[in-house]
Amino acid sequence: MTDLEIAQRVDAKGLSCPMPIVKTAQAIKGLSSGQLLEVLATDAGSVKDFEAWAKSTGNPLVGSSAEGGVYRFVLQKK
Amino acid sequence: MDEPLSIVLFSGTDDRLTAASLFAAGAAVLGRPVRILLQYWGLEAFCADRNARAAEISGDASETGAALFADARAGGQVNWAETLRQSKELGEVEISACAQSMDVLKLQPADLDPMVDGVEGIAGFLAAAGNGQILFV
Repeated sequence: MTDLEIAQRVDAKGLSCPMPIVKTAQAIKGLSSGQLLEVLATDAGSVKDFEAWAKSTGNPLVGSSAEGGVYRFVLQKK
Repeated sequence: MDEPLSIVLFSGTDDRLTAASLFAAGAAVLGRPVRILLQYWGLEAFCADRNARAAEISGDASETGAALFADARAGGQVNWAETLRQSKELGEVEISACAQSMDVLKLQPADLDPMVDGVEGIAGFLAAAGNGQILFV
């Protein structure tokens, strides 16, 4: 996945639960089906939150990684 | 997932209002309908003339905890009212005032924040909650 494929980025670093997922839900509304959204977060609960959100809303979590305390999620708008 | 989450918001202090708002936001982004019934001090928090306690912290807090909570607030942590406003934009979140509390506290619908959608009785709230979860905060 190259950076060029990301349609929008959300920097939710430093925000507490559930604000990263709230910002994500707001951002994905503006995308078209199939477009990718990247989210960066530092909230420790975000890994399970993003998995649950993707499953519940049907917007697939196509990428997930962690580096230096920063979690990166890539979601595809359904 | 579309099971409703029903929250009875009885408390009117900042920490408890915040806790309730986090559950509302979490359920709203998961696509679950959220219904909040405002009772007594939770109801006063939505009334501009009587919500001074909504900036205070409950007796549950330790001295250290209260100071850390205040620090987070001063550091720009989103407050409960803003979290609820955003939740309403993101999902189906209905906020009702308990009819009996309105009577006891001598409040009229015009006294309440526009976020409050209406006045509801306990039976109506429980009937709408069905077999879904009910939180009492």
